[in-house]
Amino acid sequence: MSGFVTFEGIELRYGAHTALAGLDLSISQGEIFVLLGTSGSGKTTLLKIAGGFLTPSAGRIVLDNTDITALPSWQRPVNTMFQNYALFPHMRVAENIGFGLRRQGMRGRELASRVEELLALIRLEGHGARRISELSGGQQQRVALARSLARRPKLLLLDEPLSALDRSLREETRADLLALLKFLGTTSIIVTHDQDEALAIADRIGVLREGRLEQVGRPSDLYERPATRAIAAFLGAANLIPVRLAESTADTLSLALPGGATAIMPVRPIAPAGLLHLALRPESLTLTIGTGPNTLAATVEGATYRGATRDLRLRLPDGTPLRANLSPDAPIPPEGSALRLTWNPSRAILLDR
Amino acid sequence: MRTLFLAPLWAWLTLFVAAPALLIAVIALAIPADTVPPFRLALAPDALIQALTDSFYWHGFLGSLRIAAISTLACLAIGYPMALAIARTSARWRGLLLAIVILPFWSGFLLRITAWIGILRDEGYLNAILSAVGIAKIQLMNTDAAMFIGIIYCYLPFLILPLESRLSSADRSLEQAAADLGATPVRVFVHVTLPHSLPGMFAGLALVFIPVTGEYVIPELLGGPSSITIGRVIADEFFNNNDWPQASALALILLAALVLPATIARRAPRGGRI
Repeated sequence: MSGFVTFEGIELRYGAHTALAGLDLSISQGEIFVLLGTSGSGKTTLLKIAGGFLTPSAGRIVLDNTDITALPSWQRPVNTMFQNYALFPHMRVAENIGFGLRRQGMRGRELASRVEELLALIRLEGHGARRISELSGGQQQRVALARSLARRPKLLLLDEPLSALDRSLREETRADLLALLKFLGTTSIIVTHDQDEALAIADRIGVLREGRLEQVGRPSDLYERPATRAIAAFLGAANLIPVRLAESTADTLSLALPGGATAIMPVRPIAPAGLLHLALRPESLTLTIGTGPNTLAATVEGATYRGATRDLRLRLPDGTPLRANLSPDAPIPPEGSALRLTWNPSRAILLDR
Repeated sequence: MRTLFLAPLWAWLTLFVAAPALLIAVIALAIPADTVPPFRLALAPDALIQALTDSFYWHGFLGSLRIAAISTLACLAIGYPMALAIARTSARWRGLLLAIVILPFWSGFLLRITAWIGILRDEGYLNAILSAVGIAKIQLMNTDAAMFIGIIYCYLPFLILPLESRLSSADRSLEQAAADLGATPVRVFVHVTLPHSLPGMFAGLALVFIPVTGEYVIPELLGGPSSITIGRVIADEFFNNNDWPQASALALILLAALVLPATIARRAPRGGRI
């Protein structure tokens, strides 16, 4: 494997428990790579291995053509922004930011001007003498970021960098963070459980599940072509409808849906023994009066007005629940009424795992 | 309601701290006499002046401070690594190790000191072991060495317990952050672990230094005749010279010397750094 950062066969076992099972990953220089997974998926474990806080049972990490697997964290050209920020409470803002620089032997005017530069980068000019406890949550987050960037790490690790912020602050901070990382060109691995965040900031996303990378790809790849049902349901909402392959021609597949409906979609390779599901995003569904292929009948169970959309809870004839986010201009179908929905076949996702 | 809850505390402080201190102050200003009790009430500063000017008493005070300082530093040198090690073990072992630290308190203080006499005396267990392996006997009993062994043994838990409690409450991610930013293990200790532990360390140091300064029993039982402490001097004035005002004056000065610095330290503006 080639790449600026490569993880080769990273394994971590505690007795019988496997936290990471032979993980391979390659990240290019300047890339923002997001590790997405639920708690216990192994994403934080991988970050700790990259930072040097955990030693893998097997495998190696190569950073910029140097094997760093055996280096202790204080010798790695890698810095971490911790989830709780881990700012030193007994040091001022400037001392926190300058801590890593002092360890490199930087002192005096050089140190002061570099710290000022970093304070300017996070728009906290003149806050160097403040105590950490005097800062707001958002300011602390920025100080933690500046501290982790101070040594110009070859690899920056961010553990849930936005999770401690208020929802209102998160989106703005997310844009700032992304702009800053791109401006500095810092190769970054960001760990998050928030799929919105992952889709918004990642160059590529790796979805971790039970210690394995289930899929790696650009956000649009993962959203539009998820490899598994789990990923389809985890990244955004998806209606998973069990289907049966009725017919396949040279360029189309014909699928039988519950309740007698059919779906026709462009051909794609499918595992022969796989249990097939059709994944339809709620926003891909629209109302129709048609009855041909790629339509289905459903009963309305409820509706929620969301401003930008009107979200319907529906049920297929066989009992499969279905959600559809319609335009708010659509007439409100009364509860219990039947309606028909259609979708663009290129938006439909066929899953065999 | 708050007054009600605090009432036992105030009663305790009045009965066992304020009243005895006042009594000592009254006796310190009295004049010795051949009566029972052996003093006559007065407002005479003679004993206090004597206590502050006689070089024999200064010798006692300085002796006590020297012993307290050495013992406290020794406790710190032995206790800090122990406290750190205990704080870093898993929760299961931590409880057991702390129980072992506290275990000596289950037996009586005098009993434990007497046990040390059995170990350290010329025909004691230590010398028996030494001679068994062919090393010449050493005289430890009634020396400074024996006294320090006894003091450190008795007071070590008082240093370990508050320090360990503080160390185990530390946020380990701060240490990880320091290492992440290039701090060697020694630097991590100096810049993160140590500053965080200071309140627990100072509490432990005070819990050792203050009582050791007034310590009477251990120097008396284990120490030699040259181990002059103010505790022994006070006891001597009380029981041998029957000079209660002089003994009280010395006790009063010792009390002031130990309480005043602590009070000033409490009043001082806090750095608020930790």
